Amino acid sequence: MELLSPAEFAKEKLQAVEDYSLLAGQSIVNLFRHPRYFADMIQQADLVGFGSLPVVVLTGGFTGAVLTLNSANSLQRFGSLSLLGQLVSVGMVRELGPVLTGLMVAGRNASGMASELGSMVVTEQIDAMRALGTDPMKKLVTPRVVSTVFMLFFLTIISDLLGLTGGGLFASLLLGLDFHQYWSSAWQILQYQDLFMGLMKPLLFGFIISTVGCYYGMSARGGTQGVGRATTQAVVASSLMIIVVDLIATKFLMSIFGYR
Amino acid sequence: MSAPPTTLEQPLTPAAGSVSPILVFENVSIGFEDKPVLNAISFHLNRGETKAIFGIAGSGKSTLLKLALGLFKPDAGRIQVLGDDVTQMPEDALFELRRKIGMVFQESALFDSLTVRENVAFRLLEEGDIPEDEVEQRVREALSFVELESTIEKFPSELSGGMRRRVAIARAIIAHPELLFYDSPTGGLDPVTSTTIVQLIVKQRDVSKTSALLVTHRLQDAFTMATHYFDRKANEMRPLPPGARAEVPMSFLILRDGNIIFDGDVHELARTKDEYIREYVA
Repeated sequence: MELLSPAEFAKEKLQAVEDYSLLAGQSIVNLFRHPRYFADMIQQADLVGFGSLPVVVLTGGFTGAVLTLNSANSLQRFGSLSLLGQLVSVGMVRELGPVLTGLMVAGRNASGMASELGSMVVTEQIDAMRALGTDPMKKLVTPRVVSTVFMLFFLTIISDLLGLTGGGLFASLLLGLDFHQYWSSAWQILQYQDLFMGLMKPLLFGFIISTVGCYYGMSARGGTQGVGRATTQAVVASSLMIIVVDLIATKFLMSIFGYR
Repeated sequence: MSAPPTTLEQPLTPAAGSVSPILVFENVSIGFEDKPVLNAISFHLNRGETKAIFGIAGSGKSTLLKLALGLFKPDAGRIQVLGDDVTQMPEDALFELRRKIGMVFQESALFDSLTVRENVAFRLLEEGDIPEDEVEQRVREALSFVELESTIEKFPSELSGGMRRRVAIARAIIAHPELLFYDSPTGGLDPVTSTTIVQLIVKQRDVSKTSALLVTHRLQDAFTMATHYFDRKANEMRPLPPGARAEVPMSFLILRDGNIIFDGDVHELARTKDEYIREYVA
């Protein structure tokens, strides 16, 4: 591996940030420019949305269940087991639902996008597309961004609902709590602000997953090894960005809503 | 002696009678990672002419085609394609220009998730306003030109290397381009398949009279093109009678270390005294 001087390393990283920002910006600008590829958007929505459904269903359900088990243990110490539904509800909707769904979709789709586009780059298919007079940014990147943002929003809702249901089932089956009581307390505690916070995040995470996946795919170099590297980097970078952006977004939204 | 009777039917693209340049390179230089690839090269391609570009691997042949398509920007110099300066054009305008150009890539570069039909029809489908029946008819017409109509439903992975090149030629010619670029179309193919590809290129040249740049490291392919013509009646490539010149002009350009060391026709090439070229030709 070639060793770079600190100045060259910094220059390379700054260039990568600039290239990523340009790709992300262009993917939004292209929404307002012709041609728009609706068929490609629907195809991608199917791949991202329905394709990720099993993994999101399992993640949501099991996370809700394990959150219930852990929270019940802590609440029992304070004699507040009746608050279980509220705690699981707020935890799932505001934080765990969006973040875990985002991470699972990142693992599945950022890698898929990076490997698919990367393979197209190294086999000159992207050059061929440009040579045929088609803008790969409009044809390949924008549909992936739109579909991921749109589908992650609904996948998060499904994950939240299954998390609450999974938690409720475990609460009633293992802890002997009344399912209806659990469900009504979980539902009633939720405020508009909680839903806003929980449903704002998948929009940001969907954008991160798709733009990072497309960026690493479009900048893949060096044959099949380069495609493999791009795929790994896409998953690592999108997962890290989700976690960092989650913290920033949570702090920002909490300050807007006056939470402490 | 006059050119052999080519008995052409209606050409796919009408040939222009003028000899105005369709492509001009003026002092074009480009390098990658501080390594110069092309050094201030200048040449032009006349309308209706076919020019074969030679050079050893890494001499900048493919780079030259990508520069002409605007896929790369040169470090210095100007490139005029169909009257437009591609070095100054924004990407959106380049997409418009590229629709008038056909390109056959080195490894075909077919879209592997699309069928042969979708690959060949790609450009027409992107234009959006062409009726489905017409698209189907033109796809079949282009595939029958390369004699691969039977593969229409197949995916590129199901085709041999030679078949993929032929599909790539069909994809390049379907929109009746004014200019065609071939990037090593016979590279990595066996001699029999190479001859089939050369025959198709000669057929396209003589039937459509489309201006073309052909990049290759196989001199024999370009010699075959310069010394043969396509007989439409017999539907095969035939040698030109002795002393005859092809109806479509053909020239040669040789690159060495990023510089042009030869630019002329087959007769000038045969008479050259340059040691390197003589060795290359031998």
